[in-house]
Amino acid sequence: MKLIDHAKVLKQMKSRKASNIFFKLLFMAATTFGLLVLGILLYRVITQGIGYLDFQFLQNLPSRKPEQAGVKTALIGTIWLMGVVAPVTLLLGVGTAIYLEEYARKNRFTRFIQVNISNLAGVPSIVFGLLGLTVFVRALALGTSILAAGFTMSLLVLPIIIVASQEAIKAVPKELREASFGMGATKWQTILNVVLPAAIPGILTGGILALSRAIGETAPLVVLGLPLFLAFLPKSVFDMFTVLPMQIYNWTGRPQEEFQGVAAAGIIVLLTMLIIMNSIAVYIRNKFQKRY
Amino acid sequence: MKSFKYLALSTMIGAVLAFTAACGATEEEGTTSSSQTAGNNTEQQASDEDKQLQGEINIDGSSTVYPIMEAIVEEFGMTQPGVKVSVASSGTGGGFKAFIAGSTDFSNASRPIKDEEKAQLEEVGLDYTEFKLANDGLSVVIHKDNDWVDYLTVEELKQIWVEDGNAKKWSDIRADWPDEEIKFYSPGTDSGTFDYFNEVILEDAQIVESATLSEDDNVLVQGVTGDVNAIGYFGYAYYAENKDKLKVVPIDGGNGAVEPTNETVESGEYAPLSRPLFTYVKNESVKNEEVYEFLKYTLENAAVLSEDVGYVRLTDEEYEEALKVLEGLK
Repeated sequence: MKLIDHAKVLKQMKSRKASNIFFKLLFMAATTFGLLVLGILLYRVITQGIGYLDFQFLQNLPSRKPEQAGVKTALIGTIWLMGVVAPVTLLLGVGTAIYLEEYARKNRFTRFIQVNISNLAGVPSIVFGLLGLTVFVRALALGTSILAAGFTMSLLVLPIIIVASQEAIKAVPKELREASFGMGATKWQTILNVVLPAAIPGILTGGILALSRAIGETAPLVVLGLPLFLAFLPKSVFDMFTVLPMQIYNWTGRPQEEFQGVAAAGIIVLLTMLIIMNSIAVYIRNKFQKRY
Repeated sequence: MKSFKYLALSTMIGAVLAFTAACGATEEEGTTSSSQTAGNNTEQQASDEDKQLQGEINIDGSSTVYPIMEAIVEEFGMTQPGVKVSVASSGTGGGFKAFIAGSTDFSNASRPIKDEEKAQLEEVGLDYTEFKLANDGLSVVIHKDNDWVDYLTVEELKQIWVEDGNAKKWSDIRADWPDEEIKFYSPGTDSGTFDYFNEVILEDAQIVESATLSEDDNVLVQGVTGDVNAIGYFGYAYYAENKDKLKVVPIDGGNGAVEPTNETVESGEYAPLSRPLFTYVKNESVKNEEVYEFLKYTLENAAVLSEDVGYVRLTDEEYEEALKVLEGLK
């Protein structure tokens, strides 16, 4: 008796190979579809906006005249907002993830928290806007300040970073931890010296996703009642400010066609900022990835 | 293992520092540039007779009125750079909520204040004054190749836009019009534009269910441009910018068909679809010199600046009247 029925193998070979090719092409098409749409979008935005993009654009205030309109207040406002959102989300997010993964006992309560964090990730952003309006703007009387908006945005993106950090911490091999305990290290020493360095690439990936979302969100900030036109720059986190996405949204709604070009220029500035931010995170991530 | 710790710590601290440094740098930049402008101002001040004011003015409200306010604040900022003005655009309703909460000095509105809003303001003991800034002619538009509609009466307009359970055809309105289904494009029900149309045309009847609603008026422009059987309405500025792509329908409000133009809207001849744009001011705020000066500047310049951004000015008498009201508030 032959172990392999060659006739049967040959008969099935063709269809197996065909389906292999079919799926390969299908997934390739799926990948190119996204890239293609992105390419068209970038092309449209860049051809529309490049004419309005110059140094003046970064230095001017918004204006009723398209050729004089600029993003100075919005750009600096966005940088300020990120300055609040980044540390707050990283500290709260990573802290929560460490507690849930390393310290907390796995019981009904932590499972309940876990489910809720996952659900929060799916809550529409406008709901967070209403939450921020009630809690930070009104109840804590922070007004439409950078701090109020920063906290609101942090809440919005926290689930993303918590889940990503938890996955990263879970993925650290058990042996590393046990070796550390074996050397007499405490839990905190183990976390600081073993777990975190190994988990940083994953945590930063979550951080990139979280901050990218925070930088582009408009709806919650509109609900907070953030101003669009400001003739002054913020000096502290308690000052009023405005952000790029709101400015872009306003420009796209204008009747004058030139403002579509101004909006496109604003999008280019926003994308550039996003790319710079992400490259810093990717750089740090790659530095750590080489270690294991 | 120790090097991990240091690398981890240093990169994390580095990242945080980079952020704070970035903020710090911009802050410095901000302060130096503002101190520079402040320096220029003091120079100007020496030569200028005008008093340089300080203070804060917060404005919120209708996104329709926002372009006028943006233009005014832009110009006002050049004469009074010491006054920190912020303009938000949360919509007429959202603006009044902030106004009632007491966090703004001005609330822009593309419709008159509602009774329940009045009641809430009374409840918190907030006195306010209404000022008209400009007019907007709601323009009813059709496709450029639509050659059958020559004008519409208000009744016909209502007949077209009110839901009656049937698909509407142009021939239902006037028998000699084509037997084609009408396509509807309307601003979203949250907008002041819809509110106004609802008040004067629909009179609280249900708008046709097949209507495409959009908060973005440019979407409506595109919709009407793309369909010969389409009808839509929006602010005059959106028609004025797209005159070559759209056709405006003259409206007969009882005194003959009138097309919206700067002249007919200003004179009030284009009725009933001319709507006033307002700003509401907190009386208490006008006691502050910077708010008084700002409002004075607004009323003196609203005519030119509102035309600049695509709206229609009021008559000179109306602005003078408003300035008198302002004097009474001081």
